[in-house]
Amino acid sequence: MSLRISTAPHVHSPVTTQRLMLYVLIALLPAAAMGVYAFGFSALLVLGLACVSCVCAEFLWQKIARQPVRVGDLSALVTGLILGLNLPPTAPWWMVVIGSFFAIMIVKQLFGGLGDNFLNPALAARAVLLASWPVHMTHYVTPTFFKAGVDAVATATPLATKGASLMELFLGQIPGTIGEVSKAAILAGLLILLVTGTVRWRIPVILVASVFCWTWVLTGSPDAALMAILSGGVLFGAVFMATDYVTSPITNFAQIVYAFLAGLIIVLIRQYGSYPEGVTYGILLMNIASPLLDRFLPQRIYGYQKEVKKA
Amino acid sequence: MSEKKSLGGVLMNGIVTENPTFRLVLGTCPTLAVTTSALNGLGMGAAATFVLVCSNVAISMLRKFIPDQVRIPAFIVVICTFVTMVQLLMQAFVPALYDSLGMFIPLIVVNCIILARAEAFASKNTPIASAADGLGMGIGFTLALTLMGSIRELIGNGSVFGVNVLGASYEPMLLIVLASGGFLTFGLLLGTFNLIVKKIEQKKTKKEAQAA
Repeated sequence: MSLRISTAPHVHSPVTTQRLMLYVLIALLPAAAMGVYAFGFSALLVLGLACVSCVCAEFLWQKIARQPVRVGDLSALVTGLILGLNLPPTAPWWMVVIGSFFAIMIVKQLFGGLGDNFLNPALAARAVLLASWPVHMTHYVTPTFFKAGVDAVATATPLATKGASLMELFLGQIPGTIGEVSKAAILAGLLILLVTGTVRWRIPVILVASVFCWTWVLTGSPDAALMAILSGGVLFGAVFMATDYVTSPITNFAQIVYAFLAGLIIVLIRQYGSYPEGVTYGILLMNIASPLLDRFLPQRIYGYQKEVKKA
Repeated sequence: MSEKKSLGGVLMNGIVTENPTFRLVLGTCPTLAVTTSALNGLGMGAAATFVLVCSNVAISMLRKFIPDQVRIPAFIVVICTFVTMVQLLMQAFVPALYDSLGMFIPLIVVNCIILARAEAFASKNTPIASAADGLGMGIGFTLALTLMGSIRELIGNGSVFGVNVLGASYEPMLLIVLASGGFLTFGLLLGTFNLIVKKIEQKKTKKEAQAA
């Protein structure tokens, strides 16, 4: 008989990694469905391929490293789906596969697997692909919505052209990556995450608010600020990537600072940087800073008082 | 430092056991900066090897005359002399390589491999042993740089030593020839080497255990 020895509390919670990941998957579905609806079959292929290759990469690694195979916790599937949603629908198949293997093997497993990765795997893979094949990664097409006769029209991202109306941006009638087109679907996903208690409101809301405020401050126009949060990957990043448990801070105040600074970096890159989009780098930089934030902004322990200095 | 090693042992020490790049992790600045192609890596390695052998011999011969208190400045003056020679020679005979290595040739002066070998080996050993040590370390450095340069050129450009290997349809992974790609390649190679060394040591201890 084997006895398990552990410290209190001994209460079991029904919330497992698998269940949390399942909630995230469900929350991603509206965005994925809208992406496929907007871009057609090629988007479905990219998403499927990303999911399959991420799961394969995880399985292969755990087999080679002789670790227990934990593909069943669904975390690789979530990484795959998020990575797929971060790619343009025209992404060539080899780029999707390389991105998936990079995300799982190098960013996640080499640093110790789930829980020990210092960067969000999907986001890091996106940054690598963007630096490696910038032409493929920024080849955006206008959504076709399965309209007859129209195949695909290549355009620049609206961040570069600033041509779309707010309503078009909100509903997703704009070119972009698969997941970021429909803001309505992303907000539906956020609602699912909040209702199931998978994420708290702080990081997504403060990040978006920070982008809004800083754009307003720097451009002086509230319209531009509204445009800024509805275009590009701000919403998608704030809801699905900045909230990653492993790479975001734990304590409340640290989370607020994390989201606020991420928003600031995004706006600075967009306004003054040479890239049109800064969401990837904003969140990645704050990922790296989050252990530091946790360390310097700890939660005040209940009942604990600061020592009063005697005059 | 092992004082009583044969010349061959000293030579192999630099190439394998104490490979400056992968085992001692010295001289990482040129390792990361110039290995964007195999030729650059080889050129840098050759230049550093020349300086390393010459400075090791010179410092070893002068080791009785250099006062302990000012040895570092004295080493640097000796190394500077050889680096200037290499710089002028490369500028005259291989101007293309000179241009692509650029700033990193004069920076060989402060390459920590060369200073470390002067301090740890040449200042305590005979000129012949020091030459062997310099040559071994130099070859180790050159091999590591060429290997890294080849890998980065292959992935980032589809070619090795300028010869296209992967064909015209290959779309190069730009990141690998950028600075961040240098860190990535270096980290992965370092990890691989550590893994191999660990495996070899495990086998050795197993054999010894069986023999005992």
